[in-house]
Amino acid sequence: MDNYPVLIVVAPLLAALFSGLAVWIEERLSYPIALTGLAISVFSAFNVLLQVITSGPIQYRMAGWAPPMGIEYRIDLLNAMVLLLVSSIGFLNLVASYKSVKQEIYDRAPSFYIVYLLFMTGLLGVTATGDLFNLYVLIEITSLTSYAMVALGDRDRGPLASLNYVFIGVIGASFYLLGVGYLYMQTGSLNMADVAHILQSHQESSIVLTAFILCIIGLWIKMAFFPMHVWLPNAYSYSPVAFARVVAPLMTKVMVYVMIRLMITVFGLDYIFKSPFLADAVVWLASIAIIFGAVMALAQKNLKKMLAYIIVCEIGYMVGGAWMGNQLGMTGAILHILNDALMTFAMFLAVGNIVYKLKDVELFNLTGLFGKMPWTMAGFVLAAFSIIGVPPTCGFFSKWYLILGAFEKGAYHFAAALVISSLICAVLFFRVFEICFFPPISEDSGHKKSHSPVVMAEAPVSMLIVSGLVSLSLIVVGLYSGTIVNTIIIPFLK
Amino acid sequence: MTDLLPLIVAKYNYWLYVILMMIGLYAMIAKNNLIKKVVGMNIFQTAIILFYVSIGYKKDATLPIIQNAHGGQDAHAAVIHAIDYINPLPHVLMLTAIVVSVATFGVAMALAVRIYQRYQTLEEDELRMRLSEK
Amino acid sequence: METIISIKPLMAVLVSLLVIPALISSSDKPNVRESWIFVAGTINLLLILSMLPVILAGKQIALTLFEFAPGAAIAFRVDGLGMLFAIVAASLYIVTSIYSIGYMRGLNEHGQTRFVSFFALAISATIGAAFSANLLTLYLFYEILSLATYPLVAHHQDEKSRISGRRYLTFILGTSIALVLPAMIYCYHVTGTLEFSTAGIFADQLSKPAATVLLLMFVFGFAKAGIMPFHTWLPAAMVAPTPVSALLHAVAVVKVGVFSIVRVMTGIFGVDLLADFNLGVVVMSIASVTILTASCIALSQDELKRRLAYSTISQLSYIIFGVALLSPQGQLGGVIHIAMHAFGKITLFFCAGAIFVATGKKYISQMSGLGKKMPFTFAAFFVGALGVIGLPPTGGFYSKWNLILGTLEAEQTIFMLVLLVSSFLNAFYFLPIVYKGFFGKSEEENEGTPVKIQEANLCLVIPLIITAIISIVLFFYPTVFVNLIKVGLGI
Repeated sequence: MDNYPVLIVVAPLLAALFSGLAVWIEERLSYPIALTGLAISVFSAFNVLLQVITSGPIQYRMAGWAPPMGIEYRIDLLNAMVLLLVSSIGFLNLVASYKSVKQEIYDRAPSFYIVYLLFMTGLLGVTATGDLFNLYVLIEITSLTSYAMVALGDRDRGPLASLNYVFIGVIGASFYLLGVGYLYMQTGSLNMADVAHILQSHQESSIVLTAFILCIIGLWIKMAFFPMHVWLPNAYSYSPVAFARVVAPLMTKVMVYVMIRLMITVFGLDYIFKSPFLADAVVWLASIAIIFGAVMALAQKNLKKMLAYIIVCEIGYMVGGAWMGNQLGMTGAILHILNDALMTFAMFLAVGNIVYKLKDVELFNLTGLFGKMPWTMAGFVLAAFSIIGVPPTCGFFSKWYLILGAFEKGAYHFAAALVISSLICAVLFFRVFEICFFPPISEDSGHKKSHSPVVMAEAPVSMLIVSGLVSLSLIVVGLYSGTIVNTIIIPFLK
Repeated sequence: MTDLLPLIVAKYNYWLYVILMMIGLYAMIAKNNLIKKVVGMNIFQTAIILFYVSIGYKKDATLPIIQNAHGGQDAHAAVIHAIDYINPLPHVLMLTAIVVSVATFGVAMALAVRIYQRYQTLEEDELRMRLSEK
Repeated sequence: METIISIKPLMAVLVSLLVIPALISSSDKPNVRESWIFVAGTINLLLILSMLPVILAGKQIALTLFEFAPGAAIAFRVDGLGMLFAIVAASLYIVTSIYSIGYMRGLNEHGQTRFVSFFALAISATIGAAFSANLLTLYLFYEILSLATYPLVAHHQDEKSRISGRRYLTFILGTSIALVLPAMIYCYHVTGTLEFSTAGIFADQLSKPAATVLLLMFVFGFAKAGIMPFHTWLPAAMVAPTPVSALLHAVAVVKVGVFSIVRVMTGIFGVDLLADFNLGVVVMSIASVTILTASCIALSQDELKRRLAYSTISQLSYIIFGVALLSPQGQLGGVIHIAMHAFGKITLFFCAGAIFVATGKKYISQMSGLGKKMPFTFAAFFVGALGVIGLPPTGGFYSKWNLILGTLEAEQTIFMLVLLVSSFLNAFYFLPIVYKGFFGKSEEENEGTPVKIQEANLCLVIPLIITAIISIVLFFYPTVFVNLIKVGLGI
């Protein structure tokens, strides 16, 4: 079928529409409709990936209009991979969300599903599109829905966190829009491939440089790259768990994808790395981001906030890798988009299960959790190992490429930052493990005390299965990272 | 200084949008009242819309409407020079951007209402105080 | 060298891993659970032994699982050294399993299922490390082993074990991430491969300072080997139940550390490169400092398990010392010490545990006269002590003998002195325990009550007798191990 590329994006959009309509008939219908929409998305994304691997990039013209006039969806190996990743995570999270939405936002479940679908539409569209302005619109759809979602969360702090998120989100998107405006001034086109073609003859133009800087800064704000990260911890930790689980792994990663797309497809790596100064400065900034994120995570007392700062740290990995200016670094950055999305997702799934049972995730509340929720904690441990970078989980392999890239460039400070952040993450997670492993400290604790049998109190099966699946996928993806690199990333970079 | 002035005058539209943007940014960062911040945000977005509109404009050009395009007498006879018309594309893009900014404005206002309902205030420092009490 | 492709190494690694679900599902039936352990342990040992003739014939068994970049794969390769280590670990695992039944049930410990499960995981990782074909795979299993032993060290879940567990992880995980990981990736960056080969992987790509820094990063980074100053986790880890101290902290974990250093020196750098840059002496000096200092500290320890721990630290450095001699005789002596020390030291730990279960005594000062009460235990202790000191008729003599010959061969007479002094120190801190045990007077004797033989239960005594006997047997028949090393190192 030729329409798979567009089906990926349109299926959730239509599902949003239908589940909105269905609410008038029967509220319970909205969930299965949402599920179907995303299932179609996953299926199409899978087919598209196979198609791209076997027969090369796909160009899909919206309504048959030829570019540069019409909007084009252009799917190559990179975004085929990201599309499958995004749609699968969206789908799996929806499966796990049924119970937690029921518990957390019982009164507004249908609206949650509708907004969720629109959010997924936006993310998938951002990934699929080959048009710069279309990209802006879709980014704004994603952002608008996530503002609404954050506001649905914590009833005290949610709205204010969301409003601050709106302000910063608008600044980010506006910078990007401004950048696109400058690009349009120079090239008169908005189609990525077309723009790239025209830019070849405008390498020295200061307008292009302005456009590039504005676009990249806009995206950095959106992806919470240090020092533009301030909105992220609050926004993510006060949103409902069902949404935090999907926004944390996907939103920032998709923005990194957009950055890499602009760097490779639109401006071209030769243009960006023409003067080494800029790239060096960005890699330094990335190193600082990594250390800063890790240290701030160490200072948190709430598990969700801690993870939010780890995201800031991981963004540093990807930005640094992408700006390394060699193939190894870029490979690491792209691989880390995949790996980081998976491990953050696994992590937040475990956190979601804990929240479902305990209501909050202040660290000191977690004592004895290994006994109470062994399966959830098994998932948590795997995800933590992946973030620390313990082989054979996938986090190790992207770190491998990133450090190799740093060595090749001679950016030893970046390699050091990666190692230090791994160490800090190890401290961080083992602190959590320790709290969860040891029973609450009591007065008479001693060697011979009787350990009362712990009663298991696990999260619902649907949440456990998803969490288990995703955690296992960390190992599987890790072991097959050679295959992923060889069939997707290296052919893409060639 | 003598060089700068003509530069400013020649490209006054850019200077205007930059000034507007800065006003918006200032309001978003420095104002204490949430509604003022929202207004600042709107100014910020409008500045960019103005920028787009101004880059589509050309001197001595007219609206991009081709006279008698649909079956007039001399529609085919007239040669169409793109230079005679204002570039319509940025303007069309801005229709979408305006929709986006209206939607953002709506969401922001709705959030402000929610905050007001809960705390009876829109001053940020008071809100912070209330939140830290919890 | 002929290479055979076989899935046997993978199976040997997986056996102990796959038995874990069975262990968990039979957690409320202890007898069923323990029989699973023996089934897995026996299959494991048989699998390993079935590969022995092939290895002794000078061939290698290899299997590549996942190749994720050229030269960096998750792959197994069984050679003489790996075989030696795997045989030691797998056979002692079975003996320790018997022992731990007696120990854990004798003390009525909690969380026994968790204990045996992580124990099985640790063994699986140890076998994996032994059979690793390259540095990446070795690192992988090294890390898994570190993480799998944490719940074992912190088993008691009280304040003391919390602190020890923390120290354990800080040292082991910290050094491996901070030192080994960058060093390993740097090696790959320079050479594009991590495959072990006897010639080393570097052809003139390293300057002497770079090689020195890299080697030191590896030697200190594999902190499981207990090179000072990264040794303090080992005495701390003694809070764990004794079977853990016996198998993991005298054999599996610590020797994976030593084994890794040996692999890096012989397989990554290669003997020739080390000799060219004169790096053997550097490593030997570091090892000598550890040997002597740890022995001196051991003298002052009153808690038996801590004394054994410091003794282990010093003995581990013998192995590194031997390999760093870079002479065939020295390397033979060093590597064979992996086996000889394992059997000797595990006997000592078994004895310490048996004494604790039978009498509740942990301190050496309380143990005078105990030999009359527990003659078998103390006899075994004596044999174990001889093995560690390196006196005939135990296998330990064979390794010390070769080490000393090695120093002569390499013309490092000063370092021979280190060995001799250290042997004296060993004798000083072990033999008094035996002497007091047999000839000292206990409190009861002072009160005049007659002493009855009161050994710990059979599950505790049989293993320690077995390992003691093996220590003696190895004095007379070290041939298999010697041949394995000769095949493995090509000497």
